[in-house]
Amino acid sequence: MIEFLLNGHPEKVDQVDPNLSILEWLRTKMRLTGTKEGCASGDCGACTVITGTPDGQGGTRYEAINSCITLVGSLHGKQLITVDAFQQEPGHPVQISMVAKHGSQCGFCTPGIVMSLMALHANRPDHAVVSHQQILEALSGNLCRCTGYRPIIEAGHDAMVSEWTPDASHPAAGLAGHEPPTGAGDPQSVTLTGTDGTRYDAPVTVEELRALRRDYPDSRLVAGSTDLALEITQQLKTLDHLISVERIVELQGCRMAGDELVIGAATTYQVFREILSDSWPPFDAMIERLGSRQIRNRGTIGGNIANASPIGDMPPPLIALDATLVLDGPDGPRTLPVEQFFRGYRQTALNAGEFIHSVRIPTPADDESLFIYKISKRLDDDISAVLGAFRLTLVDGVVRDCRLAFGGMAATPARALKAEQALRGKPWNEDSLAAAMAALADDFSPMSDARASAAYRLQVAGNLLRRAWLSSDAHPSEQLMVTDYA
Amino acid sequence: MRKLPLNTPTPAHTARGLAGHGAKHDSAWKHVSGQARYIDDLPMPEGTLHGAVGHSEQAHARIIAMDLDAVRAYPGVVAVVTARDVPGHLDIGPVFSGDLVLADDTVEFIGQPIFAVAATSHDAARKAAKLARVEYEPLEAVVTVTQALEKKLFVRPSHTQKRGDPDSALSTAPHRLKGEQFVGGQEHFYLEGQACLAEPTEDRGMFVHTSSQHPSEVQKLVAEVLGLPIHEVQTEVRRMGGGFGGKETQAAPVACVAALLANATRRPVKYRVSRPDDMVQTGKRHDFYNTYDIGFDADGRIRGADIMVAGRCGYSPDLSDAIVDRAMFHADNAYYLDQARVVGHRCKTHTVSNTAFRGFGGPQGMLVIEQAMDDIARHLGRDPLDIRKLNLYGPGRDTTHYDQTIEQHVLPELMELLEDSSDYRQRRAEITAFNQSSPVLKRGLALTPVKFGISFTAKHLNQAGALVHIYTDGSIHVNHGGTEMGQGLYIKVAQVVASAFQVDLDRVKVSATRTDKVPNTSPTAASSGSDLNGMAALNACEKILEGLTDFAARHWSVPESAVEFADNQVRIGEQTLDWAEFIQQAYMNRIPLSSSGFYATPKIHYDPETGTGRPFLYYSNCAACSEVVVDTLTGEYRVLRTDILFDAGRSLNPEIDIGQIEGGFVQGMGWLTTEELVYSDDGRLMTTGPATYKIPAVSDCPPDLRVTLLPDSPNREATVFHSKAVGEPPLMLGMAVWSALRDAVSSLTDYRFSPPMDPPATPEKVLAAVTASQDWLRQQQKEAG
Repeated sequence: MIEFLLNGHPEKVDQVDPNLSILEWLRTKMRLTGTKEGCASGDCGACTVITGTPDGQGGTRYEAINSCITLVGSLHGKQLITVDAFQQEPGHPVQISMVAKHGSQCGFCTPGIVMSLMALHANRPDHAVVSHQQILEALSGNLCRCTGYRPIIEAGHDAMVSEWTPDASHPAAGLAGHEPPTGAGDPQSVTLTGTDGTRYDAPVTVEELRALRRDYPDSRLVAGSTDLALEITQQLKTLDHLISVERIVELQGCRMAGDELVIGAATTYQVFREILSDSWPPFDAMIERLGSRQIRNRGTIGGNIANASPIGDMPPPLIALDATLVLDGPDGPRTLPVEQFFRGYRQTALNAGEFIHSVRIPTPADDESLFIYKISKRLDDDISAVLGAFRLTLVDGVVRDCRLAFGGMAATPARALKAEQALRGKPWNEDSLAAAMAALADDFSPMSDARASAAYRLQVAGNLLRRAWLSSDAHPSEQLMVTDYA
Repeated sequence: MRKLPLNTPTPAHTARGLAGHGAKHDSAWKHVSGQARYIDDLPMPEGTLHGAVGHSEQAHARIIAMDLDAVRAYPGVVAVVTARDVPGHLDIGPVFSGDLVLADDTVEFIGQPIFAVAATSHDAARKAAKLARVEYEPLEAVVTVTQALEKKLFVRPSHTQKRGDPDSALSTAPHRLKGEQFVGGQEHFYLEGQACLAEPTEDRGMFVHTSSQHPSEVQKLVAEVLGLPIHEVQTEVRRMGGGFGGKETQAAPVACVAALLANATRRPVKYRVSRPDDMVQTGKRHDFYNTYDIGFDADGRIRGADIMVAGRCGYSPDLSDAIVDRAMFHADNAYYLDQARVVGHRCKTHTVSNTAFRGFGGPQGMLVIEQAMDDIARHLGRDPLDIRKLNLYGPGRDTTHYDQTIEQHVLPELMELLEDSSDYRQRRAEITAFNQSSPVLKRGLALTPVKFGISFTAKHLNQAGALVHIYTDGSIHVNHGGTEMGQGLYIKVAQVVASAFQVDLDRVKVSATRTDKVPNTSPTAASSGSDLNGMAALNACEKILEGLTDFAARHWSVPESAVEFADNQVRIGEQTLDWAEFIQQAYMNRIPLSSSGFYATPKIHYDPETGTGRPFLYYSNCAACSEVVVDTLTGEYRVLRTDILFDAGRSLNPEIDIGQIEGGFVQGMGWLTTEELVYSDDGRLMTTGPATYKIPAVSDCPPDLRVTLLPDSPNREATVFHSKAVGEPPLMLGMAVWSALRDAVSSLTDYRFSPPMDPPATPEKVLAAVTASQDWLRQQQKEAG
């Protein structure tokens, strides 16, 4: 059984299919239809709801998430806030501004947009001005087909400078800083059992996880479910046994260990983004374009790696940085360079029952530069056609060392070894660059698909090396990226 | 007041929310609080089943055998129906035959429904539908427009519009350019997928809640597949979660399937189509292959044009005849082509049957001449804006290639105004200087016009009905044949009615569109919603007002000229009654307080035999100026600023209109930039969800977006309060972005080479244009040196 608060009311849920998404549960079991299904794949945001998760320090983290690809089992111990909590006029400042600015036309995406802006409103620092970029970031996962967004963005600006002061009894009062209601559930591990023998375990310690993985080696691990849930909603699979890692404290968060940054495998993008970007600033712009805010609130670094997609965005920079994985399982922990983790298309080095425990990323040395470039059709919320991540060690204008890693160029995230060879030990100049760009054709034979053609991938991969060259010290003031220009 | 406000300016008034006021969308609060109900939100009647279909996995094949045992045996499945179980018509083609509700023995595209399942849950129906074992005998499949053109495979006959002697004009012109373009299609991506709820009624009838732009057609087709007279079927549309043309004909097959399942089980059936199924099974904007051959003088003035537009219609006609017609009608966009030939082909392919999409072929037709404008400018070394302005229609050069005379010349002035307000010339100089000093990033600028014909080109559709009731408390209830898909039609019509009676807007309620309230309606399409339904509602009001005025004059013994409706009151000679009080009096004196209304668009005609006529009552005009920045290393780009000037006539609701303009522009920009439909060689759609099909997201909205309505420009035609249509035209403003991208890339060759950049101009296409430009430059240098 799992327990959580739905718009302030305690809910106990058992004997429901753990494959059920929060959205399906809301719409079919509770007949709460304010939250809409636009795609059931986490790409449109019509289903956006807010979850309140205890942050371990006595507070609550309120986050906009896609309810269509978040499984109902993940709600244990949380608050779930939906648009249905906001039916009383005059409503929340976000609602008032959306009406005032003509921010809705057909209205179908609107509940999701309202929830995304409410999450931003709840998280905005006291009296600090919310930037335009923060508003865009909050809405990056909400597609609207009618308005063209201008009135929604303006409504967002207006709402952020208005206070919301509900009674403590308001079903979503937690968003306004009121003490969250109690009764959200057992802090120990729980199991949700489906009617037909399906099962969802949510352990809280690594020991429990090891035991479960030993006992049920065929079970599937789930963290943010931003990709896994697509097997359910798009491929119509039933996953018989899911084991969630999201409540295991040991797998959460970031810490320094010696000269390495250690990120727990179940840490979400939103949580590790800032700390990782402190060490390695180029991550910030890339993560900004990785999925949407809703996805970043749920997706984890371990999930992105274990998923082993050739177009996952974290593996190439981790390979470029020579990061290490700590794997754990029934036989205890071991370490493995990220680069050696990928064994083929969606094949990994994980043994039966193993899981990713954490990622260890070396801190930068003074002579190292990192470049991360993501290329996709659309700026927000798009999957990479190509991602290039380059770490260069430059000493006196010579490339002493380099690691060039790419996503989207092969069946796995991979280094461009021949291109690296063309650079290593060579002067960092136009000739070496040309040789490295030419060598990429020997390193990779990318495929053509709906995102890009093979020829484009190869051409862009080379041009990304050129971009790195142009953005290094040799060319100080040039603007190179449209995202920097405007 | 006998003199209705039809042809007078809106009078000074104290009633709130009349026409011209920026009233809020009537559902705005319901939208933001999640209380607006769409089909899937309706409470389900007891025993409701859920529908799904199994669809073809082959582009063109004969079905040899179909084993549905596993489907029937799946837990929860209650019924499975195939073509053989259809009691009435199998063919549900909206205009011409060719669309089967369920495929019979042959399939003609991947995604064509071949059987339908009713089960106790949405999930069970979808899972069961995957279990069919179908044996196919593959037949030759034609997938692309060019393949169909080669084989002369058409769903409807080709047409030609011709004026003068284009061949001799072309051969004698001082300059002549030829070009071609492949114009991509577009997925509607309405956020609410296709959905309906069919409930069996008495006498084997059916009540259908549908998300359709065309409730009367859903009614008719459901009746036909069930073998019933139309009066046994009623449909209701409260609202759609977006339509954009995608629910004009495409909602009907979904409703027919639900009705067949409901009929077979005698239980209510809800059928909502999952996103990937929706994208695979329903038609999209036609992709086109266009060519032009244009002769012009040294100034860039067009002397003659020979244009071919060929649309990929897919496997059946659907609305393609009229869509390719509209592409032909708009192959001139805003320009006088002089001696001209426009040929249109309706290509048959074994892909989904493409359908209406905002602009209805017009955008695809306009792109060919807009490409030519840029190409002419590069050829002559001129600014493309100069070429565009030079070729605009104007006095003496005012008839189209299909012989309609342009009566109101809006664009010359409108473009001048926009050129000034957007600082086009100054920015042009600044951008040219920037590009000379920026090796990687290049900026581009373009100002493009739109002239869009308003009326259905199928003449009979230009009619509308309405039903207006006044209740005894003075509250007013309106029904009309138009549907609400977010465009604000309900509030606009309510404003028209409030204006007719000069009462506050909150006295007027427009409720769900129903076929038993207003019959035989036309689709809400062709930008005609408020033109047609506003006029029909006004006509109903006029009839009621006539009776009320007559009553007031008789009852209080004053001349009719002394009866005036104003300010929520009725002034009758020396005395004044509140509206509600007056209505009460009228009721007590047995005066009719309800009327239907009707409107048929005047003046329009077109003869397809000669390719001439006046297909449009008037033209809607607008222009956009867009600036972009392009990364020549990757092809990535951003739109930096867009200025739009739009002629909405005397706008019924400026705020709603601006919403349409901005939304249309961004949708058009999406069509021409990131929205790419990718098909495999064997005709399978590869982009079946928002993960791969990228409509504009929030960061794609230009950070600087300035939209203005052209002031003092009432429609010269007698439209409702002299407003002008606003639904489709803004979509074509997206052309400014596409042209600006070409402009940015053209800077690489000092604006001498006009790079090919077939839309959608994805980063990949832009980088290809960069590469082509660099190759051209190298070639020039080689030749020079």
